[in-house]
Amino acid sequence: MRNNLKKYYPVFVLPTTASFLIAFVFPFLAGIVLSFTKFTTVTNAKWVGFENYIKAFSNEDFLNALWFTVKFTIVSVITINIIAFALALLLTRSIKGTNLFRTVFFMPNLIGGIVLGYIWLLIINGVLQFFGVTITYDASYGFWGLVILTNWQLIGYMMIIYIAGIQNIPGDLIDAAKVDGAGFWGILRHVIIPMVMPSVTICLFLTITNSFKLFDANLALTDGAPGRETSMLALDIYKTFYARTGWQGVGQAKAVVFFIILAAIALLQLAITRRREVEA
Amino acid sequence: MKKSLSVILSLLLLLSFAACSKGETDKTTANGASDENKPAAATEIYFLNFKPEIASVYEKIAEEYKEKTGVTVKVVTAASNGYEQTLTSEIAKSSPPTIFQINGPIGYKAWADYCADLKDTALYSFLSDKSLAIRSGDSVYGIPYVVEGYGIIYNEEITDKYFALKERATSFSSMDEINSFSKLKALVEDMQSKSDELGIDGVFASTSFSSGNSWRWDTHLANVPFYYEFSENKSFDDPTLAGLGSGRIDFAYSDNFKNLFDLYINNSGTPKSLIGSKSVNDSMAEFALGKVAMVQNGNWAYKDISDVDGNTVKKEKIKMLPVYTGIEGEENQGLCIGTENYLAINSKVSEEKQKASADFLEWLFSSEEGKRYVTKELGFISPFTTFDKDERPEDPLANEILNWMEKKDIQSVPWIFTSFPSETFKQDFSSTLLQYAQGTADWDKVVSTVKKSWQNEYQA
Repeated sequence: MRNNLKKYYPVFVLPTTASFLIAFVFPFLAGIVLSFTKFTTVTNAKWVGFENYIKAFSNEDFLNALWFTVKFTIVSVITINIIAFALALLLTRSIKGTNLFRTVFFMPNLIGGIVLGYIWLLIINGVLQFFGVTITYDASYGFWGLVILTNWQLIGYMMIIYIAGIQNIPGDLIDAAKVDGAGFWGILRHVIIPMVMPSVTICLFLTITNSFKLFDANLALTDGAPGRETSMLALDIYKTFYARTGWQGVGQAKAVVFFIILAAIALLQLAITRRREVEA
Repeated sequence: MKKSLSVILSLLLLLSFAACSKGETDKTTANGASDENKPAAATEIYFLNFKPEIASVYEKIAEEYKEKTGVTVKVVTAASNGYEQTLTSEIAKSSPPTIFQINGPIGYKAWADYCADLKDTALYSFLSDKSLAIRSGDSVYGIPYVVEGYGIIYNEEITDKYFALKERATSFSSMDEINSFSKLKALVEDMQSKSDELGIDGVFASTSFSSGNSWRWDTHLANVPFYYEFSENKSFDDPTLAGLGSGRIDFAYSDNFKNLFDLYINNSGTPKSLIGSKSVNDSMAEFALGKVAMVQNGNWAYKDISDVDGNTVKKEKIKMLPVYTGIEGEENQGLCIGTENYLAINSKVSEEKQKASADFLEWLFSSEEGKRYVTKELGFISPFTTFDKDERPEDPLANEILNWMEKKDIQSVPWIFTSFPSETFKQDFSSTLLQYAQGTADWDKVVSTVKKSWQNEYQA
């Protein structure tokens, strides 16, 4: 059996490898090449060297979007993880209806970002109407709107991961802590948090990348208004690509820069949190 | 357990191979067929439609055309405001659109590599005014297939009701007397103050500014002041070319833009702080339900009026007024007439497909069946000689446009916004307008943003 597997493994991995190559590696490489060209469609590209990158940075839009994205990511990563962890703590105690609550909190994650964006646009505008304004009135409205939306969407998912982490903590560890006289906060700080570090790693990774890449909700909720003050990186790239004749290459260059930044942040975060994981 | 697993796996593998090989054979037969009968005409063409509101009509047309000629017309419709995106991805595919649409000289610049020369096509020979086509040198790359017009649409029932009022501040007795901005302003402001008696929320429908819904201001309304500005530029033959050739603009008639824009936002049923959430559909619904008396829009919007449930506005009472902004001599100004819809044939598909596409367009705009669809169901005012005077669309707005075009001494304003440098320019324009309406920016900011954005986008 094992010999057979060794012999035939290329056949078995072929479908996955092929789809990985076709759907990821090739478009990714093509994208990098295109960022050095001027093109309308992918088939009529002309080489222009670094011109696209120079254009991308000589325009303040990209840097504004980057700054807005960073602010948004910091705020939403903190709020999502704290709230999700708190909910997970609550829902791992023996409360009646725990399963129901878990399901309810998880459900928003099943709705697509565009739909969520429009739903929250209606809700937020409905509330702001009492003050005689709309979400486009000020960039900070859009910012907090996005934070609320992302929280609402991601908390449930992160909560499930934290619940799994908390349930994996051996009961005797907590009992031992109790016997040693640890209170709630003591147990939380010295037992639970160190033990769920693997969950923290994965949750931080997911929330950072998701917030950083946020596009659909941004498009549906504010579309960058007022001005371009609330456009995040992904939306800015999209607009550069489509809203300006001949700037497709610049959009592509921005996308490459975007990838590098995101990959760097994600790898750095993984390296840091991994180091803090402990074994029971 | 292990055995059944391996059986399932191998079955799956077989299935996937089967699926692959099936695809292969299909491809080869398709290739083989086209190799064998090379001279045979293409049997499938692909039309990428720009107008979602009439997508279903195109499907009917495609069906009838297939019955008649055996040629399949694949119709794909891009989502509203998403044509460029759809076109960009579709045209890079192995079976790209054979007929697509460009929005004017700027659109031609972007798609020049894909536009076939249409000067020998029958469709071009039908064109009543050859200058309407998009040309470059001796060649023709885009043919307009519909003439559209916009202005201020009003509900005559409500204005008549106003004229019948005993106490009012103006002395007009009919809308025919309104031929300048100052008269319009006097009328509108007095009507607004009598909203309750007229049974309306406000005179103008909401000035929609939600994303993707601001083109009535950053494009259509802006057309008028820029038309006058570019007309003064005597170094070009016509204002559109002047627009295309201007690296920077003065926005000399910005006060005129402000005149009408202020009138819109101050005399409306919607407070100006809330317009950021309104869409064009909202505005048209307000008009259709008789809640407002006027709305700036074009003949394409008739469907938006007639399709609203419970609409109260009468078909024969829908009339149009030119976009008056207080420019000297505007008494002779007509509606804004032009087009943003040019058909182009993809030069990168096979000769046969290009030919088949041209044949389809010829059929659509010259055969009896085709023309019936065009006037009755698509509701186009077509700029082709194949259409008789009596072959007119039935909707009241299209008729208003034809009436205005036929008026003596009235000069229509052409659509020069096709020369606006980019989508980004329009977005910059509308977002600063919204800020002005909400009170977060002053008018000087609007003017300077528009000038700066034009310059940036022109260089881009």
